[in-house]
Amino acid sequence: MKTTYRRALLLICSMWLLLPETLWAAGGKAEMLVVVADTRRVSSSITLYFLDLYNTSPVGFGILCVILTALLGSSLGVITDFFMRRTGIDLKSRKLVEH
Amino acid sequence: MEWMYMYMPIAGVDIFWPGLVLIGFSVGVIGGFFGMGGAWMVTPGLNILGFPMAFAIGTDISHIAGKSMISTIRHSKFGNVDYKLGLVMVVGTVIGIECGAQIVMWLERIGRVGSVVRWVYVVVLLLIATMVFVDYWKATRKKKAGIVGEHGAEGITWYRTLHKIKIPPIMHFETAGITCSAWLPIMVSFLTGVLAGFLGIGGGLLRMPALVYLIGCPTHVAVGTDLFEVMISGLYGTFTFGAKGRIEIWAVFVMLAGAAIGAQIGTVATKYAKGYGIRVAFGLAVVACMFSIILKQFKYEIPATVLILGAVGLICLYIVVIMVKGAAKELREKKEAERLAA
Repeated sequence: MKTTYRRALLLICSMWLLLPETLWAAGGKAEMLVVVADTRRVSSSITLYFLDLYNTSPVGFGILCVILTALLGSSLGVITDFFMRRTGIDLKSRKLVEH
Repeated sequence: MEWMYMYMPIAGVDIFWPGLVLIGFSVGVIGGFFGMGGAWMVTPGLNILGFPMAFAIGTDISHIAGKSMISTIRHSKFGNVDYKLGLVMVVGTVIGIECGAQIVMWLERIGRVGSVVRWVYVVVLLLIATMVFVDYWKATRKKKAGIVGEHGAEGITWYRTLHKIKIPPIMHFETAGITCSAWLPIMVSFLTGVLAGFLGIGGGLLRMPALVYLIGCPTHVAVGTDLFEVMISGLYGTFTFGAKGRIEIWAVFVMLAGAAIGAQIGTVATKYAKGYGIRVAFGLAVVACMFSIILKQFKYEIPATVLILGAVGLICLYIVVIMVKGAAKELREKKEAERLAA
């Protein structure tokens, strides 16, 4: 049982490492884009921080994009869910009817 | 009118932000209802708004990840997401997409990639649309003849034959309500992955019907489970494209604001739609996508974009009407029941 568990864990870890390279192979390999974000038109310190990160650390920017997308997605999901519940609709059950 | 334009500091362009909200909303509605990412709808829209193509795909993927997360949360509460099935399918999808990408690279080497991929895409979409409409026609005939199962009449039931293959390990997927060999979802996701990799798409368009017709998921569970997979792949796509400097994150934020509302509407609308209502509307979306690709193949770029955006608008309207009508009916009945109880 322990060996099976270890093997499964190993397989999952390998898949996890392989995913970023393979999963979006579908969209064609995204080549490194050399674009420098123009900070001259920006005054907000948060925006400046993002742009600096974009210009100096591509991997850091990639990680930040994932964190922000996940955070914003989940928080917007919770907020809109809250308002949807206020409508009085039953949002916990549904009938499975095909035809 | 200057306030309606937002400066995108990475791409260096001013974008009409209400357009971004509208795109996010429409794709949120459609994606939540059909269970797919919808990149084929977003990219032409972003392009029209003046987005450079280099940023359109990455921005699109990041937005799809966030939007799918919102839809998955809602579908999950309805009991429409089979996480176990979704995770099993990720294995096949990953390997399949890589194989598909290798085929494309081989075609690139022999210099025939462009037209081959487009025409294969057209044939695949034609087959899916035909399958959906034949299925509907068969189900309608069965219903008239009184042959009705647990969840209503069913047309195409290929999954029943595939469930007879009993190669171990046999797995039970509780939410989907199916017991089959684990190799069935792995092989189906592998094949849809190969096609997705070959065609250069996310794969929701192929996986959703495959979950219904080949694995035997109820339509609603197929929609939710597919969105769960789109969410996982979208987050990885966000990292890959972000690290390569191809995401305009401010545009993603704006689009997600619209998508959050749209995804709720699209997802809740599935509660009021019968499985076949979703399938037929999906078939029509596939037909629109197919014709736009044919037009692109013959270099009619503007008509192709008009067709896609027109279809998106109409389908979106159809889903919103389903949601509003269904919710109004439910609230009326609830009020009536309360009045009778009092």
